[in-house]
Amino acid sequence: MRVSLVVVRHRSAGSPAFLARHLEAGVINAGDGEHEHPTQGLLDLLTLSDAWDGRFEGRRLAIVGDIAHSRVARSAIFGLTTLGAAVTIAGPPTLIPAEAETLGCAVAGSVEEAMRGADGVMALRLQRERMESGLLASVGEYAKGWGIDRERVALMRPGAPVLHPGPMNRGVEIAPDVADGGESRVFRQVENGLAVRCAVLARCASALTEVS
Amino acid sequence: MNGATVIRNARHWRTGERLDLAFDRGVILASPRQDEARVIDARGLVLAPGLVDLHVHLREPGQSAKETIERGTRAAAVGGFTAVACMPNTEPVLDSAAWIEWVRARAEAAGYCRVHPIGAVTMGQKGEQLTEFGALKSAGAVALSDDGRPIMSASVMRRALEHARHAGLPIVCHEEDLTLRGDGQMNEGWVATRLGLRGIPAAAESVMARRDVELSALTGGRAHIAHLSCAESLDALRDAHARGILVTGETCPHYWTLTEEAVLGYDPHAKMNPPLRTERDRRAVIDAIRDGTIDCLATDHAPHTEDEKRQPFDQAPFGIVGLETALALTITHLVEPGHISLARALELWTESPRRVFGLPDVRLEAGHPADLVLIDPEAAWTVEPTAFQSKGRNTPFAGQRLVGRALATICDGEITHLDAAIEVGGARPGRREAGLERSGSLATPR
Repeated sequence: MRVSLVVVRHRSAGSPAFLARHLEAGVINAGDGEHEHPTQGLLDLLTLSDAWDGRFEGRRLAIVGDIAHSRVARSAIFGLTTLGAAVTIAGPPTLIPAEAETLGCAVAGSVEEAMRGADGVMALRLQRERMESGLLASVGEYAKGWGIDRERVALMRPGAPVLHPGPMNRGVEIAPDVADGGESRVFRQVENGLAVRCAVLARCASALTEVS
Repeated sequence: MNGATVIRNARHWRTGERLDLAFDRGVILASPRQDEARVIDARGLVLAPGLVDLHVHLREPGQSAKETIERGTRAAAVGGFTAVACMPNTEPVLDSAAWIEWVRARAEAAGYCRVHPIGAVTMGQKGEQLTEFGALKSAGAVALSDDGRPIMSASVMRRALEHARHAGLPIVCHEEDLTLRGDGQMNEGWVATRLGLRGIPAAAESVMARRDVELSALTGGRAHIAHLSCAESLDALRDAHARGILVTGETCPHYWTLTEEAVLGYDPHAKMNPPLRTERDRRAVIDAIRDGTIDCLATDHAPHTEDEKRQPFDQAPFGIVGLETALALTITHLVEPGHISLARALELWTESPRRVFGLPDVRLEAGHPADLVLIDPEAAWTVEPTAFQSKGRNTPFAGQRLVGRALATICDGEITHLDAAIEVGGARPGRREAGLERSGSLATPR
């Protein structure tokens, strides 16, 4: 059997690169460990493009939470900076990776600093194991310091969108009234995800057809 | 019939003087005679005592898919080594006199160099119950180590150093705080951040190096710090020397040649423990070699099978092979750029490690063992892992053009490695030599 296209989601960072080295098939990265999640990045770009009238230059997104373990954050940073937007990250010091600014983003000392004047915010999902491994004291401490609530949303430019890759821990990284509020684009992200992934498959399939 | 061999037209490794050296039955003779059975024409190549590697993993017993004593010592011979000290993290662990004797017997039967086993510090390398240091020493252990794992309990390390002092053995310390290392896969820094791999901070090594310096000071036991990789640990060693504490330390070729950037692309051949660090650390390693902080060099030869290494980075085991590239990486990256002289480089691979483990002296003088290596410091060659004698081909240096090569190795008076470029007149195969194929010449004139 000859496989033309492999879609891989794997816990090991770099596993799509590994497959690409050893297979002749095309490889689509559907999320590799704590490295990248390119189709999530594309759907986030599409969602922000809608919210920003297609203009990325001069815009700035705040990404808040567990950057260290987030493939969503990395892909968003690489995508946005490629299109000319800026990214500021903020999160508990134990969840900011070493030399994070080398990813191409600014590192803020607090969630307020990151969100003040921003054109949008992305809250990241908090994994329970971060408490178990001692990186955080408690869920409550995290929500207090880094949760996206109304007051923090109000620091951004009016109408700035709120994104979350889902599934959400309501009341932890995002307050329920923000999750369901007018700025939330969470359901739009889900819809866009379907469209983007169809597009990726179609593009890759047609590229393969052209090759053969 | 006279069984003596003479090496003619060699260059003394330290003085640079022209040298003819004869040996018979494993011992260097007072002066060359006219009736030698065998003549090796050195054509002006450098003659030195055989190199010594205090840190290799020969993987026997129990892990012969990775390496065997035979293949590992063949690799040693090709690399110019006449003696290696092998680590006890085998299956089972070398934590009893019987296994130390087994390794020595196996090496005696199948080995191509002297093999000095290192006994485990704790039973099963679990870091708890001490092994019988006296019995291990009587069986032939030259040092003690739980290498591959740290001894996390400071109290166990303290007791171990006290007993080791009494036994007269050094403890080789694998410095790694497991709680700081976590499930780290490479150095903590921008490359790990970019690749989404968990990081191992340099502090995981240096806090333990500091601890063991203090414990050595407390006990008077001798600690030898293995595979030093970062600036802060080197500072710990430098401070220990300044305070007159009985601590020595080694570093390995990959730490003065490569940095964490070698991991970009997720190459498992750039994965070892301790991990490749930053450019700042690489320079600190070179500085520590230059200023004498580093007491000797070692390879941490750690063979793995191709299947084990052909996995995503975080799944692949730590470790690279080193015996067949060590000399060339030393000459290419330490001698050629002018960091140290060739004589000093060879000292760090010969006299220095012998001193650190208290192994018998080997000098190019009458009465000394005929453990010798003939080196062409200018031979350029390309690293081709499939040509390795080692079963392990896991090297990050594949395809690299290096300078410097052992063209002949003689251990206990027997030729254990002979490059096709070397002419031997009137050859008579010795015990080890009977099964020795002459390796093709990889050395080409520059």
